Amino acid sequence: MDTALLFDNAIVLLPEIALAVGVMVLMMVDIGRRGQDDSALLASLSVAILLLGIGASVLIWGRPPVEYLDGAVSDGFALSVRLVILIAGVLGVFLSRNRFPAIERQGGAFYSLYLLAIIGMMLMGTATNLIVLFIALEIFSLALYILSGFYRDSPRSIEAAMKYFLLGAFASTFFVYGSALLYGAGGSAHYARIHETLATGGGNPSLVFPGIALLLVGFGFKVSLVPFHMWTPDVYQGAPTPVTAFMSVGTKAAAFAGFFRLMMTALPSFHDQWATPLAILAVLTMTVGNLTALRQSSVKRMLAYSGIAHAGNILIALVAGTGAASSAAAFYLFAYAFMNIGAFAVIIAFEKHAGDDNDLEQSSLAGASERFPALAAAMAIFMLSLSGIPPLAGFFGKFLVFKAAVEAGWAWLVVIGVLNSAISAYYYLRVVVAMYFQQPEETGEEEVPLAATATRSSLFVVTVSAVAVVVIGLQPGLWADLLRGLGQ
Amino acid sequence: MLSILTFLPIVGAIVVLLAPSDSLKKWLAFGATVATFVVSLLLLPGWQEIPDMQFVERYAWMPDLNIYYHLGVDGISLWLVLLTTLLMPIAVAFSNQHIKQNLGGYLALMLLMETAVLGVFLALDLVLFYVFWEFSLIPMAFLIGKWGSQNRIYAAVKFFLYTLAGSALMLVAILALYFNAGTFDLLELQRAGLPPGLQQLAFLAFALAFAIKVPLFPFHTWLPDAHVEAPTAGSVILAGVLLKLGTYGFLRFALPLFPVAVANYATLISILAVVGILYGALVALAQRDLKSLVAYSSVAHMGFVVLGIFALNEQAVSGAVLQMVNHGLSTGALFLMVGMLYERRHTRLMKDYGGLWASVPIFSFFFLVVAMSSAGLPGLNGFIGEFAILLGTFKSSPILAVLGTAGVILAAWYLLHAFRQVVQGALTNPANLKENLPDLNWKEIGQLVPLVLLFFAIGLAPNFFLDKINPSVAALEVVQTPAVGHELLVDSSDQSKQDSDINPLTTIY
Repeated sequence: MDTALLFDNAIVLLPEIALAVGVMVLMMVDIGRRGQDDSALLASLSVAILLLGIGASVLIWGRPPVEYLDGAVSDGFALSVRLVILIAGVLGVFLSRNRFPAIERQGGAFYSLYLLAIIGMMLMGTATNLIVLFIALEIFSLALYILSGFYRDSPRSIEAAMKYFLLGAFASTFFVYGSALLYGAGGSAHYARIHETLATGGGNPSLVFPGIALLLVGFGFKVSLVPFHMWTPDVYQGAPTPVTAFMSVGTKAAAFAGFFRLMMTALPSFHDQWATPLAILAVLTMTVGNLTALRQSSVKRMLAYSGIAHAGNILIALVAGTGAASSAAAFYLFAYAFMNIGAFAVIIAFEKHAGDDNDLEQSSLAGASERFPALAAAMAIFMLSLSGIPPLAGFFGKFLVFKAAVEAGWAWLVVIGVLNSAISAYYYLRVVVAMYFQQPEETGEEEVPLAATATRSSLFVVTVSAVAVVVIGLQPGLWADLLRGLGQ
Repeated sequence: MLSILTFLPIVGAIVVLLAPSDSLKKWLAFGATVATFVVSLLLLPGWQEIPDMQFVERYAWMPDLNIYYHLGVDGISLWLVLLTTLLMPIAVAFSNQHIKQNLGGYLALMLLMETAVLGVFLALDLVLFYVFWEFSLIPMAFLIGKWGSQNRIYAAVKFFLYTLAGSALMLVAILALYFNAGTFDLLELQRAGLPPGLQQLAFLAFALAFAIKVPLFPFHTWLPDAHVEAPTAGSVILAGVLLKLGTYGFLRFALPLFPVAVANYATLISILAVVGILYGALVALAQRDLKSLVAYSSVAHMGFVVLGIFALNEQAVSGAVLQMVNHGLSTGALFLMVGMLYERRHTRLMKDYGGLWASVPIFSFFFLVVAMSSAGLPGLNGFIGEFAILLGTFKSSPILAVLGTAGVILAAWYLLHAFRQVVQGALTNPANLKENLPDLNWKEIGQLVPLVLLFFAIGLAPNFFLDKINPSVAALEVVQTPAVGHELLVDSSDQSKQDSDINPLTTIY
């Protein structure tokens, strides 16, 4: 291969390259300090690497979109999704610094896998080629399988990893098969060329639908659309909470980004046909997610089902299938990153306080507002934002997605979307009710002050997220302007 | 100016939260609400009696999406803004006396509430309006849920979900309007006009949200729970201001934007309003708890307001606007007085009282005036509003007017019944004796006097208020301006004033 071609436009992948180099450095550092407790150093290094990645993204921001080797593109959408993933990554690293023995014991493994997952996720958003897309998917999936089983001593964590791995591997086979069919249909693995061939009447259109159907299983599993969502609550509950927090946002952002770009650049001419099945999936996902969340007593499981419902909301943007809809989805994910990770940060603080590392019942939040006023206030902000109450970030995410959908003629879907939002308010509100309106049980024991158990890093994440949720809500125009859609 | 008015309370809320001591918090919160009231009074000197929006402010908020921060005030919203800013310091003053637990949070929520409500009354951009509208739920739900009585959690959740679900479809309708006309701006949408088919659907979505807020029969079931469980000041604000958001929404959004649909549904909604009037009054008659009596009387009184709005003539609609203010003042005062009794005796059952005139004459006097104002005694404020509404309704539908009038009689019945049970009769319960039951103190009198003065002011000089309302009402497309009949409202002696009253209207049409 011509080396000039290899380096031409390589700037497209600058953030990924920065992170990949960073991971290698991180592993070297870990090897060099074998036997010493170096998790603090590695965490700082990870944050530095991620900030470098954000810097690299900023560097290529605003340039006209270019494509690298028929495999990756640097348009506004790719950059927006990267930003979401990198921010989620930084917040996740801070969350991991919470005296988790398993993570501290094997910091090198944890942080390098973590950064690898981020590379895969970012690549997902830029991929313009079925093969790159699959490689990206596998990079982050494999890393996440291991990370969700990182508590080797906890049966629940092992169960989560096992379940995630087996179902995930199964979903990947569907994905590969679907890609192969699409390749057969369009005669190329490159999105634009698939589109070209099919739009001009060439190729083998009869393979398109089986291809889409199989790919849908793969994507549906990653973003946890109903009926491919069964793994979500178990993995969310069993995986280490910082991993859950990060992957709840990162996986969603990455898989949706890949999904959007594939459907909207390779198969836009089939939009009329694939939109309706996706709309039905969106309805199912929102409704089942919300109704099941109503019945959860564990806060993490509740958030897992709420995440499913949010995936349904984002899917509405894909159904709409316009450029405005993709930028709305980017905004939605941006808002979701802060409110969801923020909520998990509060959960970690509460879990640590309760002395149990891995579960939090809603009932144990009773009276939290009096014991931990600031944490409770932040949690209330996250919950209200997740349920879409203005003027918080979550509202504008929904607003933009719904607006794009109405403009694309999907008003009935939006009606179902807003009704679902109203249902979801009930379970988010229940957390607020528990924290603010219920009295704590009198245990008679001396209350341990929160400061003794919560680390500065988790409080930092709570503060940053809460401020972000409010600021994005009050000045949505600024961010809507920044976060772009496909081809912009 | 309007931005200062809207956001002054939020600044107050932050300051209150940061203040070190409870007594300082009290003064700061009271000061913030009084300052807001003073700012709102500044609207009056520069007021022009024209139908247009005044004191308009417009800045880009989300320019890419055509969403503007657009505020303005006209004759329909002016008095509601003043009502809000007046009731707030009174509610804060009452709370300062009685709220013990977590005072700072309570006062901050009250102030947030004020910002949200003022925002709803002033917003002229549908998205901005929706943001304030939804936001107003949060502080109220917290006030009920945290500081309410026994059943408070159920009441707070019911209030929150009921109203949230009601306004969900409104968001879709707002988006549909944008899709159709390319703007979220109320005034531009009004100019653009909407196709009748869209009007029907969008009206239903908006009407559901507003009807739940009002609350219009049969969407009223959240109200008695919320009122009975809410702390006193919460009830004052809920009845005085929050319910008006619904009727205001009908006037500001439904009438101008969906004239075709309004004409179609006017009869149906008027009938629901009358059912609400009679049902609310009859249920109020059957109450033994004074607070639920006042709560159900709100259902009845708000029915009058809706009836007036959907009579669709100038007289009735202007009467409805005034009646919103009246209801805010009278019912606010009633809830305050119930709260004052409750703080003394910790019971709201009417049978526990009786013969209070002998022990607490000042209280009893105020109670009489307030009850009469609520019952619509001529010379007081309630009469003007109800009379105008019924007169206007009679022109569009005599039967509904007659049934509505029956509601006035029932109102007099349940209010006098309550007055008789609480104040008159023999003083049998020793807990009600003079020694055990202190009369109103100067602080409490201070809370009631401004309200009572306004009863008389509106009752005796209604034109001062109506002159500012009328131009904006007359400019509504669906509202018919009668050639005669307007003078029936004018009971003051100033004849020249009366002429100037009619002229601007006749020149418009």
